[in-house]
Amino acid sequence: MTVASLSAVVLPLGMAAAAGLIGCFAVMRRMALASDAMAHVALPGIGLALALQLNPVLGGLAALLVGTVLVWALEHKTRIPTEAVIGVVFSAALAIGSMLTSGEELIEALFGAPGPVGGGETALGLAAIVFVIAFVLKAKSRLVIALISPDMARTAGVDVARLDLLFLLAFALTVALGLRYLGVLLMGSLIIIPAATARQLAGGFNGMLVIAVLLASASTVVGFYGGPVLRVGPGPLTIAAAAGFFFLSLVKRRA
Amino acid sequence: MRHVLEVDALSVRFGRTTVLRDLSFAVAAGESLAIIGPNGSGKTVLFKALIGCVPYEGVVRWAPETRIGYVPQKLDIERDLPVTGIDFLGAKAAVTHVSKREVGRVLGLAGLAADLAGKPIGALSGGQFQRLLLAFALMGNPTVLLFDEPTAGVDEPGEEGLYAMIRRVQEAEGLTLLLISHELSLVYRYATAVLCLGRRGSCYGPPVEVLTPERLQEMYGTPMRFHLHDGGVA
Repeated sequence: MTVASLSAVVLPLGMAAAAGLIGCFAVMRRMALASDAMAHVALPGIGLALALQLNPVLGGLAALLVGTVLVWALEHKTRIPTEAVIGVVFSAALAIGSMLTSGEELIEALFGAPGPVGGGETALGLAAIVFVIAFVLKAKSRLVIALISPDMARTAGVDVARLDLLFLLAFALTVALGLRYLGVLLMGSLIIIPAATARQLAGGFNGMLVIAVLLASASTVVGFYGGPVLRVGPGPLTIAAAAGFFFLSLVKRRA
Repeated sequence: MRHVLEVDALSVRFGRTTVLRDLSFAVAAGESLAIIGPNGSGKTVLFKALIGCVPYEGVVRWAPETRIGYVPQKLDIERDLPVTGIDFLGAKAAVTHVSKREVGRVLGLAGLAADLAGKPIGALSGGQFQRLLLAFALMGNPTVLLFDEPTAGVDEPGEEGLYAMIRRVQEAEGLTLLLISHELSLVYRYATAVLCLGRRGSCYGPPVEVLTPERLQEMYGTPMRFHLHDGGVA
């Protein structure tokens, strides 16, 4: 397999799998809106990287990691409600980011612009995919207990603050994986929508994880292969497909 | 008798509000300590300090080899969370490295039927959910059980059942029990010691000494009467 075919097939599907898995916990932790806002923090990083002629995805990743640690610290060290922190910090990031980025570049940063991906970025992407998937599979029991009761998790020996930080970092990496393909505005949706759909359909927790991964992958395949055929951007079509699955799941649930 | 827990000069403050002030008591192995007091007197905060979930001043000393099982008062669970009781218990089995067979054993101890445990936890009634939390706490053979408000959220006919069950589990497992309760008549009957948290201070002693009308009026600020289940009135 060549590097080009790797980046064309494995990266999008790996991104989808990571998004589906991380999304399940984001949805169950009631982070649906917060995670959309969190994705926006990548924008000033992308803008800065473009201004300095660096790789925009790396700039976005750096901004995401800084934003994540900031949210975690504010949540654990102060009594300011997380919702307020996220609302202020990330809306500000979007505003500053759109001043730093302009024209065509801004559209690409917001909605994604798939193209050939370099070897270094592919390797980094694969490493991020492996990290996110391994983290979710290894930590899922701890994440479930902490979700239901952080206090009960502590008495079971779980370091809840550390787990929260690792989860947020995995979340930031997942957003970064989608910056190239889906952009700042749409990647949050690929994390949230398939997981929200899986939640409607699944009877148990492992079922939800499997369904979310399958739906995120199917949406990505529809977007990436259908986009060129329909002459629309693959990112928007991916999210439209994911939303389509969501509405279908409502029908199924009613039935 | 050996002490399982020693608390010395414990204080908890949130900002400028002092929730617990200078609290000292000790719990012996096998004892049933009931913690009572009016709403807002810091009973749940005391539990959270004991398990290290809120910052505190003073000393909380658990005996070595103590394993704590904690049943919280009420959890804010979304109705359609796709997590079943079996998922929840299985997660603890995985985290604490115990055999999956333990799930069946603790369900039996807590008196929760296996088919109920297979349902999403949001679909359980208040009493069933509390039994699930108890099963979770019992997994891994705790030596101490902290139980917050066993009767909150449980229908009237179920109340005695839950208390009787806690007693049965305590005897079967040889547990030390710390119990937050509003049911003074049940406390009178079952507890070996009572810690009463009041707005102005606390008192600690055997039920016959703490649960007197004068003491209770002092702690609660209003006259408190409670009915003993054998027909007497204290």
